[in-house]
Amino acid sequence: MENKQTPLGYISFSVFAWIVGLLIFFPIFWMVLTSFKTELEAVSIPPSFISFDWTLENYAEVQERSNYFKFAMNSVILAVGSTLVGLVFAVTCAWAMAFNPTKRTKDALLWMLSTKMMPPVGVLVPIYLVFRDWGLLDTRFGLIMVLFLMNLPIMVWMLYTYFKEIPTDILEAARMDGATLPKEIIFVLLPMAVPGIASTMLLNVILAWNEAFWTLNLTTSDAAPLTAFIASYSSPEGLFWAKLSAASTLAVAPILVIGWFSQKQLVRGLTFGAVK
Amino acid sequence: MSTRASTLTGRIMSAPSIIVLFLWMAVPLGMTIYFSFLRYNLLSPGMEEWIGTLNYEFFLTDPAFFASLANTLLLVGSVLVITVVGGVLLGLMLDQPIFGRGILRLLVIAPFFIMPTVNALVWKNLLMDPVSGMFAWIASLFGLPAIDWFTNAPLTSIIIMVSWQWLPFAVLILLTALQSLDRDQKEAAQMDGAGPVAIFFYITLPHLSRAITVVVLIETIFLLTVFAEIFVTTGGGPGLATTNIAFLVYTQALLQFDVGGASAGGIVAVILANIVAIFLIRLIGKNLDK
Repeated sequence: MENKQTPLGYISFSVFAWIVGLLIFFPIFWMVLTSFKTELEAVSIPPSFISFDWTLENYAEVQERSNYFKFAMNSVILAVGSTLVGLVFAVTCAWAMAFNPTKRTKDALLWMLSTKMMPPVGVLVPIYLVFRDWGLLDTRFGLIMVLFLMNLPIMVWMLYTYFKEIPTDILEAARMDGATLPKEIIFVLLPMAVPGIASTMLLNVILAWNEAFWTLNLTTSDAAPLTAFIASYSSPEGLFWAKLSAASTLAVAPILVIGWFSQKQLVRGLTFGAVK
Repeated sequence: MSTRASTLTGRIMSAPSIIVLFLWMAVPLGMTIYFSFLRYNLLSPGMEEWIGTLNYEFFLTDPAFFASLANTLLLVGSVLVITVVGGVLLGLMLDQPIFGRGILRLLVIAPFFIMPTVNALVWKNLLMDPVSGMFAWIASLFGLPAIDWFTNAPLTSIIIMVSWQWLPFAVLILLTALQSLDRDQKEAAQMDGAGPVAIFFYITLPHLSRAITVVVLIETIFLLTVFAEIFVTTGGGPGLATTNIAFLVYTQALLQFDVGGASAGGIVAVILANIVAIFLIRLIGKNLDK
């Protein structure tokens, strides 16, 4: 139907589509705009769109009052840490499953997937008690472990689908030439697998950054990442919209950028290869 | 190529992941099942005793359970309908030639990358606040009274927020599926005189059915345990109006310290999720054989 479009049809459909798109994006746009307003302007009715005194003071104040940087650092440490730990486990596992499959590989993959289907509340109580008894509550180490384990099935699956696409002839040729297993992995497999590994890492960073069940339940202050920091605005004092917006904008900006770059790989990772 | 040696290496290399995942899921799950048969409250330590299925009887006959089960189903069902219908429409839209389509697509999928706590608080305050929110102002433009969203329609508010977050997920996947649709087939149908509606129902929709199934199953699994959006906006209230099963288990465990009852609730949640998971795993397993 789209081939026989008139120029007018193209323009009017584009206008329509952009209106729809901007409406969907509006909450994010409005949040960013509000972050540059004063607290009084943020709650003014009618709302001001452009003609207000643009200010950066909310960004400064968020840092001064609540040490925003500490929470941001925690988010970075948790996201990157869990991704790196996950990568070590997932690359070896996916490599083995893709290139040295056994009869039970498929079962193992599906079983891993099934652990992802488990609602976290099903294990909240024991995990919480174990964390309490082992002194892991509100520690970055404990949370890195939780986030790593939570996303491990997705990482293995995603890497597995990428590794499956690597032609095995090349690996065999390398073996014939006397490459040892570590050499085979480092010099032959990894260079070909880098794009897949990179997008797996990006997806994992996104998921870990935005995770808001375990991070809310297992942290209080020391290890609390941005999800918990933003949640603290749910019981605010006084006017807080502009500060909330500034903190939120900072919290979502890096992930928005990463997400936009990895949107294609995201589909593969989140559907376990069922839609490509 | 799978010699015995390489099979062995394969086993050794995949073992660590399988073992840690087993420890992470199976062991705590076993503990949850065990706790669910105990009278176990953190406020009275050392008083644990075996009480059989009493926790389940309490949990399943608790009016709060029915309220939260109804809320869970309403939340999951509504969000599924909104995101799948909206996702198909937006997917079709973005599949057309549009000026600046790449950028437009980025704007549409952006909500998916917003962390749940930000999503919830921005919607609750900046948009839905009955005094200074954007919606209240828009309503006033039309001379309508402002809606106090979180007082009068709390569950609807949560549904709107969660739908906004998951709509891009549906769009992304359905758009990917749409782009693999065979153009020739559509053109052939057009030549035979099929209108756009007929093409949609007889060619596009059947082609999308598999992707839609995947969207429904994966979203269901995540939506069954919506937590942060409720935690930072309504706290499950007013009353039990926005308490879903996940939130009910959380309040029992970490606010009332009733480990036994919360564990029974957790197991109920696991069973609910598994009903969906079985279908999803089968579907993906079939795909693996191809």
